[in-house]
Amino acid sequence: MSEFKMPSLGADMDAGTLVEWKRKSGDPVKRGDIIAAVETAKGVIEIECFEDGILDEIFFQAGQDVPVGQVLATISSEAEFRQKASTPKVAESVKAPEAAVAEPAKPAAQVVQEAMKAAIAQPSATPATSDRVKISPLARRVAEDLGVDLATVQGTGPGGSIQRSDIERAAQAKKAAPPEPVKAPEPVAARPQEVAPTAPPVERAAPPPVEAKAEPVPEVKKPTDFQSAMRAAIAAAMGKSNREIPHYYMETSIDMTKALAWLEEENAKRTIRDRLLPVVVLLKAVAKSLAEVPELNGFWIDGQHQVSESINIGFAINLRQGGLITPAIHDVDMKSMDELRDAVNDLITRTRSNKLRSSELTDATIVVTSLGDRGVEKVFGVIYPPQVALVGLGKITEQPWAENGTLSVRKVLTATLAGDHRATDGHKGGLFLEALNRNLQEVEKL
Amino acid sequence: MTLPTQNVIAEPQQLVKMTYREGMRQAIREAILRDERCFLMGADVGRYGGCFAVSKGLFDEFGPEKIRDMPLSESAIAGIGIGACMNGMRPIVEIMTVNFSLLALDQILNTAASYLHMSGGTFNVPVVIRMATGSGRQLGAQHAHSLEGWYAHIPGIKILAPGTVEDMRGMLWPALEDPDPVLIFEQQVMYNMTEMVPATPQPMDIDHAKVRRPGKDVTLITYGSCLPKSMKAAEELAQEDIDTEVIDLRTLRPLDNDTIFGSVAKTHRVLIVEEGWRSGSLAAEISARIMENLFYDLDRPVDRLCSAEIPMPYSKHMEEAAVPQPETIAAAVRKLVQ
Repeated sequence: MSEFKMPSLGADMDAGTLVEWKRKSGDPVKRGDIIAAVETAKGVIEIECFEDGILDEIFFQAGQDVPVGQVLATISSEAEFRQKASTPKVAESVKAPEAAVAEPAKPAAQVVQEAMKAAIAQPSATPATSDRVKISPLARRVAEDLGVDLATVQGTGPGGSIQRSDIERAAQAKKAAPPEPVKAPEPVAARPQEVAPTAPPVERAAPPPVEAKAEPVPEVKKPTDFQSAMRAAIAAAMGKSNREIPHYYMETSIDMTKALAWLEEENAKRTIRDRLLPVVVLLKAVAKSLAEVPELNGFWIDGQHQVSESINIGFAINLRQGGLITPAIHDVDMKSMDELRDAVNDLITRTRSNKLRSSELTDATIVVTSLGDRGVEKVFGVIYPPQVALVGLGKITEQPWAENGTLSVRKVLTATLAGDHRATDGHKGGLFLEALNRNLQEVEKL
Repeated sequence: MTLPTQNVIAEPQQLVKMTYREGMRQAIREAILRDERCFLMGADVGRYGGCFAVSKGLFDEFGPEKIRDMPLSESAIAGIGIGACMNGMRPIVEIMTVNFSLLALDQILNTAASYLHMSGGTFNVPVVIRMATGSGRQLGAQHAHSLEGWYAHIPGIKILAPGTVEDMRGMLWPALEDPDPVLIFEQQVMYNMTEMVPATPQPMDIDHAKVRRPGKDVTLITYGSCLPKSMKAAEELAQEDIDTEVIDLRTLRPLDNDTIFGSVAKTHRVLIVEEGWRSGSLAAEISARIMENLFYDLDRPVDRLCSAEIPMPYSKHMEEAAVPQPETIAAAVRKLVQ
């Protein structure tokens, strides 16, 4: 048996709000399966499981705040699960109740918790429908015909909407189940729509003690807006960075004329959908340069410099509603340009629709902030702890360029590096920018 | 319109290979041979053979009386055709493309579609107007739009949109037999498309949509050049165990509610695919009808796949990107059934 814990989805996270269980007790789970969704200041994150087995005991229900590291559920092997099922339950859930009481919150933690509460206050992109059950007209009709109580049905359609197949499944389950009073699955009872929308907001100083298997108490979340929550989370992380990390900065100008010409030629051969944006080439070049100067790719944890083997670039993505997220693109050095393009497109779409995976939030080994064709020419970044470097790529502009005693106009990119001086020195930083420049002069080799 | 129908034989049909273009050429030939009141008129239909070569050879076969070149004025062409009809003739009026037909819109709407009403039922206008429509041949923003949805807005006329060679071949004659104005929209991208069709023309129904591919998971409603694309998408989806029912509307006005509703009541999920612009499209009308009549049968909101709302681009890749393609159709269906 192993424990499935609330993961830390960023250096600034102390707790998360369980939004829903994607699996229920008794379901088989495989490594990589999404088994729960957790709300943080960064939006709803789907949590993967790292083991094969059976989802056994569940200690928390949707809507509850759970500190990082707290056991959410146990995962048993099939044998263990069967054995347990055959012996009468004596003492269930040993550790959850007491341990779940949150420790006195530090100021920063409180900020983040507030942020998470705020995030919960807007459960979906369509707030107007939050007090309605999303169900197709056909499913509603079939539910009436089959006598299925909609509160017992979990929707599998878009946005959790209930479709005919969900009703039919529920009807079959009802038939199969013994004729005892059917208890509604708890996640449903804790859904936001059960909360009276006009109820006054309840202030809470600290999360209430959480009891295992307790009937969930519908909570009315404090209506704070999402932007300020996101702002608070960024403030916590960046404040920590500037307090603790001694940054050093350097910049270099890179002639992009060749790289852009290559890109143009390459794109002429491709259909619109398959075309490469400059950012793909830049990310690839950064990854290759990091492979040459690996010291910048990693973490500073507990006074130790840890160099990461995989190059997972956190790509800074602005959210339209304000705020910033830097989800990771895994193994950038191993991806082809096409794979990288697809990964970037996919990541931007999912980030903006709040569909990130937990590994994408935690696995970044370095951040690249690229201003694209908008914005300014140089950007000096603040390192995202516990990482040890950040690469800033400005707007590509036409600049006078002196070379071999003549002056010409070139397309120039200013690349900057923010380094953690505890982990590396300027020499390493210089090597990296040099490598980046070199790699961008021979993009065809990337 | 009692005409010899002896050439429609009841024997088992021999199939021959024919292009969409040849289908209409044969239909015009047969109509002229069948009915002495019938003739073809339009810009460049005679000596030049038609701007899409539909009437190539007919001038040599029938001469300038039957294949009449007209001055380049769509309004005049349509007006003369309407006048000829009202005086007992049965002209087949050709207008090059639907974009140009806007110059004849006054004649089509204010005269052809309205005359029966305005004359208290005394004068009907049995005119047939053919024109090319749609994208796919890099003809740019003034020759490649799909405006048949606009015409389907007008009461008093019938709108046909053949999406197969057989329909192209067979729809002209019943259109000529119809006592009221009929517009035939030919897909310019499909003129070279070949299919096996019966060697002799069969009696053709122009009042009903057709289920081109039966299926149980989702209803795909389409017509014209989006039909072959939809069929291709449906075959691809079948590999993934998604069973798509494809309905070819064939007649855009009046719409065949029964066929559409029957299918939706079976599948509960609908995608409408057309090349017209989305806002105020024919797809919007069909969607509204489904919602009005089959609300309690819908398991998903009705979905539409239409053209990008831009003037049609000239560049090939951009033109392709602007209109539905088999891949985008398949993707839309997948989204509906997931």
